[in-house]
Amino acid sequence: MVRLKAPSFSKTMLMLGMLFLYLPMVVLIVYSFNASRLVSVWAGFSTKWYGALLANEQILSAVWMSLRIAFYSASMAVCLGTLCAFVITRFKKMRGRTLLSSMITAPLVMPEVITGLSLLLLFVQMAQLIGWPMDRGMATIWIAHTTFCSAYVAVVVSARLREVDRSIEEAAMDLGCTPLKTFFVITLPVIAPALVSGWLLAFTLSLDDLVIASFVSGPGATTLPMVVFSSVRLGVSPEINALATLIIAAVSVIAFIAWLWMRRAEKRRTRA
Amino acid sequence: MTKKILATPLAERVRAVVFHRRVVFGVPFAWLLLFFLLPFALVLKISLTSAVMAIPPYEPVFRWVENTLSVVVNFGNYLFLVSDSLYIAAYWGSVKTAFLATLFCLLIGYPMAYAMARAPKHWQLVFLLMVMLPSWTSFLIRVYAWMGILGNQGLLNSFLLWLGVIESPLKMLNTNFAVILGIVYAYLPFMILPIYTNLVKLDIRLLEAASDLGCRSLTTFWAITLPLSRAGILAGSMLVFIPAVGEFVIPELLGGPDTLMIGKVLWEEFFNNRDWPVASALAIVMLALLLVPIVLFHRFQAREMEKNG
Repeated sequence: MVRLKAPSFSKTMLMLGMLFLYLPMVVLIVYSFNASRLVSVWAGFSTKWYGALLANEQILSAVWMSLRIAFYSASMAVCLGTLCAFVITRFKKMRGRTLLSSMITAPLVMPEVITGLSLLLLFVQMAQLIGWPMDRGMATIWIAHTTFCSAYVAVVVSARLREVDRSIEEAAMDLGCTPLKTFFVITLPVIAPALVSGWLLAFTLSLDDLVIASFVSGPGATTLPMVVFSSVRLGVSPEINALATLIIAAVSVIAFIAWLWMRRAEKRRTRA
Repeated sequence: MTKKILATPLAERVRAVVFHRRVVFGVPFAWLLLFFLLPFALVLKISLTSAVMAIPPYEPVFRWVENTLSVVVNFGNYLFLVSDSLYIAAYWGSVKTAFLATLFCLLIGYPMAYAMARAPKHWQLVFLLMVMLPSWTSFLIRVYAWMGILGNQGLLNSFLLWLGVIESPLKMLNTNFAVILGIVYAYLPFMILPIYTNLVKLDIRLLEAASDLGCRSLTTFWAITLPLSRAGILAGSMLVFIPAVGEFVIPELLGGPDTLMIGKVLWEEFFNNRDWPVASALAIVMLALLLVPIVLFHRFQAREMEKNG
């Protein structure tokens, strides 16, 4: 008799692992409603920390700054990452392709302090040589985030590009479509889901980055992770608990929508 | 429309294709060359200068004075790194911490990935989203969560005191234990995902054959499943180990004064001491240490990205 059921050991580990991943977040959520400042004391249910959070001008302006940078970085990273994915999956004989593929995979693992330091030195040198960027801020963070987010987008998009049926593209070209038109009419709609998930991934990565942004930012641009970091360095803060709860709630809602959407797509595929 | 395109000479159409390919290749190539590769050359250059009180705070390497080009190369920063035991201890501490954290990630992550890959199809999607979801929320905030749990007045100590297991609070926050725990917690999804992707593709017939031939499930695991998932284990380990060596946020928030990690030392040299040349030298040595793991990871990733469906 063939038994392919997972051994109970790995199932138990899965449950314990999920508990390990989620328990700390549950703790944050619970304590964001604690009236007391202390973690060890439960002083009753309260939403006052949310009020304090929404009245905190510094946090709100940092949120706005971070969202803008994340939006621009994710959009640019999707463009560059998609081009890289094309080169890697399609142009097998292009000269310089090996160098490009090294440069696109290295940012996936490169320690952030190295990336941050190296980009800062570049910006300082550029300012000396060509007079730009005179003051570092949004633009320099945008460049830095675009660069490392492109790598993640390239991974997501190339996985999808590999599965695309080339014969449809070839048919379009045979019928007289230019390569550019073929891309927009045939390839783009097929890889659109990967572009969306690549964009979302890049957006969250950019929103979350502290180290690289700290290196390449100037006095004018403070992102949300910088504000959070300088506040939690001093210890536990209930306002940050409230902020964490809002972030977790937002991500959970998006993940739930993604799940519903993916499940529907799966059902449609099995029915067809 | 179609007639017009077909009427254009073949040479012109070929030229158009070649032009498109050049643009598709050239734009990301130029971007990465300028914003990824060139900066490393600059780090190398600045690591060979000496620090001065100026803006920017280092001496130029090349100087053109009175028709003479003088090149000043200073190896002092590297000699300084070798002579001061603090830096060697920090490199050793980083590698040790990252190695232990990678090992624990593997021990926890592998069984999780295994159970996920064997779960029914609709459950797999749920588990996959559940593993990825924490990494979409803020990394900083997930590390911070442990500050409230591990502190002397924290949740875990209060709980253990209440149980009566301990008499006085255990010092857990600001220790190396907390740093390793934090890295395992933050990087666990990056270990699970590549192993899961690998295990889910495993040909189930191999396991059936082994079982039919009388292999016991544990033997099957050691003889078939584990060797076949080597690529996933390698990728996951590199995804955890390499960034963990240079980690700054976790040792800063969860570590104590005796936690020596190179990412933190680099940050302090740069932001607190404003010694850019020493910080650059630290980065170059870290990069040299990580070169072999990075190349290993790249070889795996390139193979993954290039192979056709």
